[in-house]
Amino acid sequence: MVPVECYFVLSALLFFIGVYGFVTRRNLIAMLISIELVLNAVDINFAAFNRLLFPGEFEGFFMTLFSMGVSAAESAVAIAIIINVYRNFHSDQVNSIENMKY
Amino acid sequence: MDYTYSLLILLLPLLSFLVIGLPDFAGNKYAWSHKTAGLIGTCSIGLVTVLSYITAFQYFTAPRLADGTFATLVPYNYTWLPLGNLHFDLGILLDPISVMMLIVISTVSFMVHIYSFGYMHGEKGFQRYYAFLSLFTMSMLGLVLATNIFQMYMFWELVGVSSYLLIGFYYGLHAAVHASKKAFIVTRFADMFFLIGILIFGYYTGSFNFSFTGTEVHIAEGMTAFTTCDASRAAAAGGFILPTALVLMFIGGAGKSAMFPLHIWLPDAMEGPTPVSALIHAATMVVAGVVQIARLFPIWIEYAPQAMEIVVYVGAFTAFYAAAVACAQSDIKRVLAFSTISQIAFMMVALGVCLPGHHGAVLDNHAQLGYMASLFHLFTHAMFKACLFLGAGCIIHAVHSNEMSAMGGLKKYMPITHATFLISCLAIAGIPFFSGFSSKDEIITACFEHSQFIGWWMTGVAAMTAFYMFRLYYGIFWGTENKELHAHHTPHEAPLTMTFPLIFLSIITVGVGVFTTLGGFMDWSWASFGEIVSAAGTAYTVHFAPQVAITSTVIAVISIALATYIYKGEKQPIADKLYKTFPRLHRWAYKRFYMDEVYMFVTHKILFRFVSRPVQWIDEHIINGLIDFSAWGANEAGESLRPWQSGDVRQYAVWFLTGAVALTLVLLSIL
Amino acid sequence: MANIIMFGILAVVILGSAVMCVATKRIMRAATFLLFVLFGVAGLYFILDYTFLGAAQLSIYAGGITMMYIFAIQLVNRRTLQGLVEHVKGSRAIGAALVTLAGFLTVTIVLLKNEFLFRACEVADEEVSMNVIGEALVGSEKYQYVLPFEFISVFLLACIIGGIVVARKEKEDK
Repeated sequence: MVPVECYFVLSALLFFIGVYGFVTRRNLIAMLISIELVLNAVDINFAAFNRLLFPGEFEGFFMTLFSMGVSAAESAVAIAIIINVYRNFHSDQVNSIENMKY
Repeated sequence: MDYTYSLLILLLPLLSFLVIGLPDFAGNKYAWSHKTAGLIGTCSIGLVTVLSYITAFQYFTAPRLADGTFATLVPYNYTWLPLGNLHFDLGILLDPISVMMLIVISTVSFMVHIYSFGYMHGEKGFQRYYAFLSLFTMSMLGLVLATNIFQMYMFWELVGVSSYLLIGFYYGLHAAVHASKKAFIVTRFADMFFLIGILIFGYYTGSFNFSFTGTEVHIAEGMTAFTTCDASRAAAAGGFILPTALVLMFIGGAGKSAMFPLHIWLPDAMEGPTPVSALIHAATMVVAGVVQIARLFPIWIEYAPQAMEIVVYVGAFTAFYAAAVACAQSDIKRVLAFSTISQIAFMMVALGVCLPGHHGAVLDNHAQLGYMASLFHLFTHAMFKACLFLGAGCIIHAVHSNEMSAMGGLKKYMPITHATFLISCLAIAGIPFFSGFSSKDEIITACFEHSQFIGWWMTGVAAMTAFYMFRLYYGIFWGTENKELHAHHTPHEAPLTMTFPLIFLSIITVGVGVFTTLGGFMDWSWASFGEIVSAAGTAYTVHFAPQVAITSTVIAVISIALATYIYKGEKQPIADKLYKTFPRLHRWAYKRFYMDEVYMFVTHKILFRFVSRPVQWIDEHIINGLIDFSAWGANEAGESLRPWQSGDVRQYAVWFLTGAVALTLVLLSIL
Repeated sequence: MANIIMFGILAVVILGSAVMCVATKRIMRAATFLLFVLFGVAGLYFILDYTFLGAAQLSIYAGGITMMYIFAIQLVNRRTLQGLVEHVKGSRAIGAALVTLAGFLTVTIVLLKNEFLFRACEVADEEVSMNVIGEALVGSEKYQYVLPFEFISVFLLACIIGGIVVARKEKEDK
């Protein structure tokens, strides 16, 4: 039996690797990929909590399942937006949309 | 007795103000035509006049109460603002003074409305003019019908506003704008004292009512009863409180009634259209101060008889001062304005000379002859002075100038104006069988009862009145004709809309004069003004004291003769010689004894320099500085926060994360 | 024991791929490493005996979403893909690393301070039956999820339409 701490540490590491990626990358798609890492870290947490602490129930399980659906939808829309941005600015760098500030 | 229609007297002019004024305000496209606007205003005032006459007839023919007075009626009374024990009421009060004033105001206002048709014909802003006239009439009626001092004060200010609007009617003219501002500021300054007086009065007596413990008031069914003011409470709080409050209120009244030294606005107010001068600055608004004192008369006589001396001396000095200035003015409207000041001062003196009755402080008709005389003079003066002003309007209309130099010899061009003007001049001079005689004679009689000095002083002023009025009369209608000007533009008689009011008013003047003069000598009770308005409210038949009547008549005749001698001829050698002999005196009188300059000195050199400048400095540097500082601070904060919204999502993420971590650590350290 | 070994292998794969994913300069490689991470996470679900979840992870994430990324990369970056070299600013990287580290430490502290860790119970290594999952997914009782299920389907539909609308090429004006 794998100790529950291992899952948590793993998911925490994965989460912050995702965050690090989100902060450092400049390419929109790379940022989106980083977000996927973060989401997966959270999913792991849900599943592990559910399985190891409350084995008789299924909240975490379904949360993970639904979060998969949501993230699929989210990346679909995000990619659509990115394609549009690319079309308009001929670049997919974050900087190119920085003129949205102020 | 049903007086429910009395509300219409107030509502009709208000309605006409709104009906004429709102479309005009909305724009030229929506405004009524001149004729419609004038008809709306005139018809509503006509209706008010009819209602006023009905009210008066019904009121004065109703049987008197057991104690011989007319009942004081309150057909409407609503509590508007209750503040603990004190409450502000709005309502209508009918008593001899208010009913008498109703007649005066509605008659003069109606005449002025008719007259304005001709005088203002084709003027730009005709609709606005009629709207403001209606507003003024409503305010003035409200002033006299008020059930309490506070309501009176509200309408008092409304009257001030409408006067301001009408003086500044020709707002394109610099002088008119100045005059309206001056009138508003001076009267407003005086009203400040009135308000303080009202508040002192209300605070100490627990009510704003005129009605006094002891006066019976008949409240109409379904209306709230008001608490009578308990003057004894104020008297118990200290003997000086009621006199202080009353004198402060008198200062407010002096401002409206143009008593020295608050008179400076009235001559300048002549910049307004002449019918307005007739209505507001001769007949109605300027007597508000007299009405105010007459209203509070029982309280004056019982609690502040000594303070009445102030009224006497202010009035006496003003009467003399204004008469002296009137002798030297060349602008006919200014002469009439100073004559108005002088005549109102007569009324003030007449109120002031009232003595406490024979039995202590009890109201007594005979001892308070002056009260009746004052209100009677108010009535007669309103009629003949309105007639004089309207006549002056006809003359100005004919020669297009206010200056006497442009006139002279108008007798043959304007017969009707000439006749009515002469009648009014005779009335104001105090010739028997003209209304001014009866009232002025009563005033002088009352003055002699007060003291010989005041009696002779006022007689002298009456002589001056006759003199300057006839100087004016001869200057306009006789004397050297300004041929050059008249050849260029021949003067002509005014149209019927303008002459009818003159005729009507002079008929009243003569009619009242004949009846009261005869009645006074023959003791006809039905022809006596004391029958309707008197100090104690009981009927009082005026009886002329022959020696006073003869003296004043003789003096008036001598003055008129003197004026005739000096001013009637084509050449005026005596007048010229007088100018040469007393150039400085004439100059001083012409410049109104430099009162305006004194005001200018006090305000500009003293008040502005030593009060306003420091206040301005504080405002500019400290108050403004604080505001600027806070604006600057907000701006700087915004500027420094602005870069945070960089549009860089990754930066947001970093800050978000930092915040989350910090918050978690804080929570951890707490838990 | 086998579980722990498997977990160790998967952890190494996940973390290694994740680090590579964020560290690589080429976008295509990042997508590929993401795929490995997703595989690893699916493996974790298998270890947890959530085979259905693992299968869903494989099919939705690894099969669907990653494909979408690759298509997008191909569409957008055709020109820049080959030569794309991302310059990560050193200062930014250090700052990000610091914040990330701080966040990680905080989370770890929070986790380790909690007592619920020690309530972890032994569970038999048996698969959660599909019956239970299916009933829970479409049941309308308490602790059953038909409503979110329907919501997610409507949501997906909305996103499909939204994605089409957003990405659709505007009709050239004349």
